[in-house]
Amino acid sequence: MTDLVKDERQNKTGASSGPGGDPGASRHVQLRDADDVVLSVEDLVVEFGVGGGSTVHAVSGVSFDVRRGETLGLVGESGCGKSTTGRSIMQLPKPTSGSVRLHGDNLGGMPSGQMRRARRKLQMIFQDPISSLNPRRRIADIIAEPLRVWGSSPDARKAKVAETLEAVGLDPQLVADRRPHQFSGGQCQRISIARALVLEPEVLICDEPVSALDVSVQAQILNLLEEMKERYQLTMIFISHDLAVVRNISDRVAVMYLGKLCEIAPAVELFDRPRHHYSSLLLSSIPSADQDATTSAARLDRSGGEMPSPVSPPSGCRFRTRCPAATERCAVEEPLMRQVGDGHFVACHHPLEVAEVVASGAEGSVERSADGTPDGALRPVALEGV
Amino acid sequence: MTSIDAGPADQRRDTRPPAAGSAQTTAPGATATRPLLEVDQLRVHFATPAGLVRAVDGVSLSVRAGEVLGVVGESGSGKTVMSRRAMGLVGPGTTTRLSGTVRYDGTEISALPPAELSKLWGSEMAMILQDPMTSLNPVKRVGEQIGESLRRHLGLDRAAAHQRAVQLLRSVGLSEPERRVRQYPHELSGGMRQRVTIAIALSCDPRLLFADEPTTALDVTVQAQILELLARQQAEHRMAMMIVTHDLRVVRGHTDRVVVMYAGKVVEAAPTRTLFAAPRMPYTEALMNAVPPLTGSNHAVLRVIPGRPPNLLAPPPGCAFAPRCASAQERCLTEMPPLRSAADLAGASPGGSAAGAPAGGPAPAIAGTPDDHVYRCWYPVGTEAGDEARRTNIERGHTAAGTPILAEAV
Ligand SMILES: Nc1ncnc2c1ncn2[C@@H]1O[C@H](COP(=O)(O)OP(=O)(O)OP(=O)(O)O)[C@@H](O)[C@H]1O
Ligand SMILES: Nc1ncnc2c1ncn2[C@@H]1O[C@H](COP(=O)(O)OP(=O)(O)O)[C@@H](O)[C@H]1O
Ligand code: SF4
Ligand code: SF4
Ligand SMILES: [Mg+2]
Ligand SMILES: [Mg+2]
Repeated sequence: MTDLVKDERQNKTGASSGPGGDPGASRHVQLRDADDVVLSVEDLVVEFGVGGGSTVHAVSGVSFDVRRGETLGLVGESGCGKSTTGRSIMQLPKPTSGSVRLHGDNLGGMPSGQMRRARRKLQMIFQDPISSLNPRRRIADIIAEPLRVWGSSPDARKAKVAETLEAVGLDPQLVADRRPHQFSGGQCQRISIARALVLEPEVLICDEPVSALDVSVQAQILNLLEEMKERYQLTMIFISHDLAVVRNISDRVAVMYLGKLCEIAPAVELFDRPRHHYSSLLLSSIPSADQDATTSAARLDRSGGEMPSPVSPPSGCRFRTRCPAATERCAVEEPLMRQVGDGHFVACHHPLEVAEVVASGAEGSVERSADGTPDGALRPVALEGV
Repeated sequence: MTSIDAGPADQRRDTRPPAAGSAQTTAPGATATRPLLEVDQLRVHFATPAGLVRAVDGVSLSVRAGEVLGVVGESGSGKTVMSRRAMGLVGPGTTTRLSGTVRYDGTEISALPPAELSKLWGSEMAMILQDPMTSLNPVKRVGEQIGESLRRHLGLDRAAAHQRAVQLLRSVGLSEPERRVRQYPHELSGGMRQRVTIAIALSCDPRLLFADEPTTALDVTVQAQILELLARQQAEHRMAMMIVTHDLRVVRGHTDRVVVMYAGKVVEAAPTRTLFAAPRMPYTEALMNAVPPLTGSNHAVLRVIPGRPPNLLAPPPGCAFAPRCASAQERCLTEMPPLRSAADLAGASPGGSAAGAPAGGPAPAIAGTPDDHVYRCWYPVGTEAGDEARRTNIERGHTAAGTPILAEAV
């Protein structure tokens, strides 16, 4: 740990008031002390043993928190560990190490009965709406199932199912007795959302909920999620590889690469001023007519788009094999999260800096170019001397 | 190989004369007046136990040498079936009914026997599919697969084919090509496999490349690399390309012209810039509005398209988009609008009233033979008639099809 990292922590208050009173809570600058933190994930590690004694390092020490009513977006390339993070929050499977706290209570340390009750407050929806619903059951039964497990009366169940179906925009009269295959992808996703909401969870984890849908239907589901969030005061984790979708639905966005967090920042801030080289690569990969984004993405990426195997991730910074700014330090020392702006944290030894106006020399940095376009040119700046 | 043409896609588009000037399209037989590929009134209907599926229902379009045509539309709109038929991959069968013609470089290929057609394969036309695994042979080494195509079409011997395969893999940006030629497809990542299929597709310098969702299965960073690779190869070889995709950002950044399909028909076609600057068909506009923006503040309420695409077994009479269209008027429910350009409209009676062009008026337009902007709509967006139709519906709170006008849909 460098001095710099300690300095960056001064904005944190004493360790004792961290979620759950765990002194460990202040080890990560990106974790907040706010009273309304609903979910807090710390040092999450998920490993899978695969044949031949080797290990897949799917998630390797991820820490973040989510406040009440907040949506945290989780982006990154396929295989970087987004879904594994989401599932391990649900304790499916339990993480290899690290903690997941709901209102300060560590789910991992609970006796199973208590854990099951706590987990009720966490619900998850998945990418493939049709295959995640049991094809043989009626819609009403699919949605009532979680209620039955928790032992509510048949009448109460029926009323609740109807109410929830209405909420997601389906007519209970028309859909209750039908089966999943009779519905389109978008309708099945509405049904999955209804099933997740019927227990009135506090936290909804959405794993690529619109990736399999056409853009027209995608918009309907995204609007519905925003509505449900409002109506049920949900806290959300929204996993997706679609950057525009994540930007729009999230309050904050966390970027993951090969099992680690690279950067976390308010959504618009992250898109306007990415500081991690991987975030920048991701953003420049968005096809665009206005700039030659693809060539710059191709140029930025030294590896031709190949993510190393999570069985033997690179030492130091895991992105270094693709990073155009990598130095020797990046190979030997793992970059820790540090604050670079208001609510903006990055794990990089040499973060990108927002460009200065070239013509006016040292007049200080500007965040937007003269014509007001949000994407000023970026250049790497070493922070060591700052 | 290195020329000013090898620049990035946008630069290329900026510098190319609007009518695909002959200076850049020197491929034999390709002139500014005759497109390389001409598809005319193409129909593919499938007889199923439930009835006749009109998957492709009268599509006309063209692709000029050196041009990139994008084909967009929702799932099930007929993009894949149309492009496969254009390539000659859908033949007549007991349950498949075909009509219309496809001409390649002036020769009608829709009636050619498979043996004749296969001569065009590889050397003249090639394709890339969404899932590279389906077009690669899983039990053959990558090098052999490329070599096969080279030996068959170019008559190279084994050693020369091997050498050329290594070269091709290098040119598509695959690392360690000498090692890759000895690997099997499953040993490569999705992005690498797609590079291999591109190498195979390009191995004999085709003049026309079909790409059906070439990057849909890939991560955004890999997608950027593959699109860039395609753009570079396309420019270097002055190849014509038809990209089928549902991703409007890909279309916007990587095509010269766009054809929008809905329910088996072309509903709008225009040069890419024109289309994005001023979509005329309410469907195209609605598709663009449904895409989450990358600028402005977050939590924007997205504009939805109500309902879903029509059942192709029983498409509605009139305009197929009418049940979902915010502008739909009574006429849209009964009369199918023809594909017309603004010029056609000007020639017909002025569009203000429900009169429009007389039914069976102008001859059906070919989707963008010239750089025309054509659309299939009685009340086009951005016209007086269109504005009035929209206003009428907002005032009465619903469209002529009875669809309520939601604040978020207009
Ligand atoms: N062999 C077949 N028999 C019957 N119907 C078919 C057949 N092949 C395709 N169809 C139907 O034709 C229509 C068009 O299909 P097509 O695959 O071309 O759509 P698409 O636009 O490519 O969609 P996507 O975006 O999902 O790839 C669909 O309704 C499909 O179900
Ligand atoms: N049950 C499992 N056994 C072995 N490896 C797994 C398992 N689940 C996930 N992985 C691996 O963990 C990594 C992260 O996977 P995942 O969380 O699904 O990524 P994402 O959701 O970001 O695409 C990948 O390398 C994946 O192959
Ligand atoms: S730590 Fe080094 S390798 Fe990693 S992103 Fe920063 S500069 Fe690149
Ligand atoms: S205005 Fe009428 S013709 Fe035009 S798209 Fe809408 S329904 Fe179809
Ligand atoms: Mg996943
Ligand atoms: Mg298709």
